[in-house]
Amino acid sequence: METTVALAGNPNSGKTCLFNELTGARQHVGNYPGVTVEKKEGKFTRNGHTIHIVDLPGTYSLTAYSVEEVVARDFLVNDRPGVVIDIVDASNLERNLYLTVQFLEMGFPMVIALNMGDVAKKRGIDIDIEKLSILLGVPVIPTIARTGNGKEDLMDAAIRIAQEEKQRMPLIVSYGDDIDGALIEMEEIINTNVFLTGTYPARWIALKYLEGDEQIMSKGQKRNPGVSKQLENITGRVSDHLQKTLNIYPEAIIADHRFGYINALARQGVITLRDSHDRLYTSDKIDKVVTNRFLGPIIMIGVLMGLYHFTFTYSEVPVGWLESFFGWLGNAVSTHMPDGLLRSLVISGIIDGVGGVLGFVPLIMFMFFGIALLEDSGYLARVAFMLDRVFRVFGLHGSSVMAYIVSGGIAGGCAVPGVMATRTLKSPRERLATLLTAPFMNCGAKLPVFALLIAAFFEKHEAMMMLVITLISWMGALLIAKLLRSTIIKGEAMPFVMELPPYRLPTFRGLAIHTWERTWQYIKKAGTIILAISVILWAMMTFPGLPDSQRQEFDKERTAVMAAVNTDTVHELEAAGDNVELSLGAVELRGHLAAIDSREADAGLRNSLAGRTGIALESVSKWAGFDWRTNIALIGGFAAKEVVVSTLGTAYSLGDVDPEESGSLSEMLSKTPGWSPLAALSLIIFTIFYAPCFVTVVMIVRESGSWKWGLFSMAFNTLVAFLSAVAVFQIGSVIGMGI
Amino acid sequence: MTILNMREMKENQSGKITAVNVRGELGRRIRDMGLVPGTEVKVLGRAPLFDPVALRVMGFTLTLRNNEADYIDVEVE
Repeated sequence: METTVALAGNPNSGKTCLFNELTGARQHVGNYPGVTVEKKEGKFTRNGHTIHIVDLPGTYSLTAYSVEEVVARDFLVNDRPGVVIDIVDASNLERNLYLTVQFLEMGFPMVIALNMGDVAKKRGIDIDIEKLSILLGVPVIPTIARTGNGKEDLMDAAIRIAQEEKQRMPLIVSYGDDIDGALIEMEEIINTNVFLTGTYPARWIALKYLEGDEQIMSKGQKRNPGVSKQLENITGRVSDHLQKTLNIYPEAIIADHRFGYINALARQGVITLRDSHDRLYTSDKIDKVVTNRFLGPIIMIGVLMGLYHFTFTYSEVPVGWLESFFGWLGNAVSTHMPDGLLRSLVISGIIDGVGGVLGFVPLIMFMFFGIALLEDSGYLARVAFMLDRVFRVFGLHGSSVMAYIVSGGIAGGCAVPGVMATRTLKSPRERLATLLTAPFMNCGAKLPVFALLIAAFFEKHEAMMMLVITLISWMGALLIAKLLRSTIIKGEAMPFVMELPPYRLPTFRGLAIHTWERTWQYIKKAGTIILAISVILWAMMTFPGLPDSQRQEFDKERTAVMAAVNTDTVHELEAAGDNVELSLGAVELRGHLAAIDSREADAGLRNSLAGRTGIALESVSKWAGFDWRTNIALIGGFAAKEVVVSTLGTAYSLGDVDPEESGSLSEMLSKTPGWSPLAALSLIIFTIFYAPCFVTVVMIVRESGSWKWGLFSMAFNTLVAFLSAVAVFQIGSVIGMGI
Repeated sequence: MTILNMREMKENQSGKITAVNVRGELGRRIRDMGLVPGTEVKVLGRAPLFDPVALRVMGFTLTLRNNEADYIDVEVE
């Protein structure tokens, strides 16, 4: 027999932990259709029964206000799982039962997993499990999700319930005379008109009308506008009456009575408190230090620096392995394949592309491990708590800081994991604003560009310049977030109302599963698009290539240079390996040939699609002080920001310039007419703000759920960057900085 | 016995909620977390910049912004 079981419950109730215990590594992570909420599924086998388990998003309630709640509700009514397992935190029973009551009102076949009884006991809370089960009319199974205790009993109960009943009678909670009267009247209308009753219980539909639930009301209006109108009229009447007599809204009365029902349960001996709720738990004692006015921020800076260090320092080793592997692969291909377009495609398009995709994997793994550790331990909620006041000013959320830091808020991060880090944000508008502005931070790939320009023009003020650049990107990101939140992502801040969960030691298994899931999703979903774009960018920088006549010119030059020296020297150079001492003549010849290669590469680049675009844009970009060479380099930077350096090298006929050692190029720039400290500053500003690299764009698309935001970030960021660069360059020129 | 706005409560002060004067999403979220008339609350502390506030409600810790606490009336000793 196959049964579908839905896991539901409050956030922090141990739901994910239980899901991991039940399904182990046999999980499948997808998305609910049309939204960015994760859908996790897995299988559990017991006594020949295969149980298909769906982990619903954690919610406190079942209103239509958050995507998570709508998703959970829709899944339950549309997919009709055989059983709903409601995971309830025993140490927090009253609040957790609020959701339970709402499930019972919808009439789902249910089993309650009473989780963390051990914690409750330690806190002096005794729960009469049998009484709770009798009063609610559903099986209650004690579990300890962290260790997997009780999971077999839980599944046995779930199988039993799934076999027994298809539909149970919805729980009826009394909401006081006014509401109850209206409910009866509305139920009759609903039942006689068969109004949505195929999907929902009649009384529940009536309740949702009284609560003003937008989703149900719009469904109702579509189904039968007449009936819907009747129900709305009754709601209006009751609402007016309650306002006049009690100065209270129906939705408030409904919530009060649900908690009243739960309190009545508790008073019938379900909950016995040996201590008052007021006492300080261990967690509170930790908070006295960790969120202390003075110590709190210091500890937080330490933890964020630690996360940063962990992500970017420890991942260096595996990143290095990957880099050398793909470097080796590229070399191997270049020695075994004949020179030509195909080789160029394989090396610069495919190998570099795959290398680029996989190069981020260690970063993503380390970052998600670090963030999962902070999240599961409960610390992340404290960060949001401490920083909310600051970030709220800019229309963001306290949790936005994680994405900023990882993206390069401490210079040298990476926006790819940074954009993914916005998943910890639950409020959609704040999240979108964060993921669109996080790429303004100074990622590790922008640093070589800054290093090049600083070395060329601001050598004496290196440290100061880096600080200024970091400040500019933070200020820019926050101000632009504010701008976005007051224009295109307008809307009130989502209520902060947030639980500070007790500190808990995360389980290694949970951390490992979480990290692996995210990493795999990145490889699977982003990988293919990134590879495709990398091939397209290669084509842009390569085609249409030099016309044959020009190529022949270069060949002629080479022949001429070789003919000018005696044949022995040519042979010596051709035969020489990498580390062989050459004669003076051969060294000179090699220099000449390399210079010709560089000029040919330069000419090829200039003739490519990217080059032509760069040249065409010069008339516009000169306002910011950029010539066509800079333009081409910036186009190349869309592949990855450090490519700006190597492309500039090609454009100045210096051959391949290693971004890490750009001394020759910075010397060249400092001597080239047209370059000045002001032009360099303008380019620095542009580099901070312009379009994110395409890997980041792909991540923005994935995380926002729409190509629209990916394209927006390319166009909008480039516009912001251009306007700022023009402002700097023009104002600077006027006050005479340009000379 | 006086009725205070929650924003005016001091650290470690306890009280009983008498009214939550807001509807819509904010009202719903406040109530979903158990802040309904009759519930006992205690202020555990405030964030370093004095906002949000951390409360003890039914044995767990809840945080609210001051401008959200403004809608909640509390009866204190």
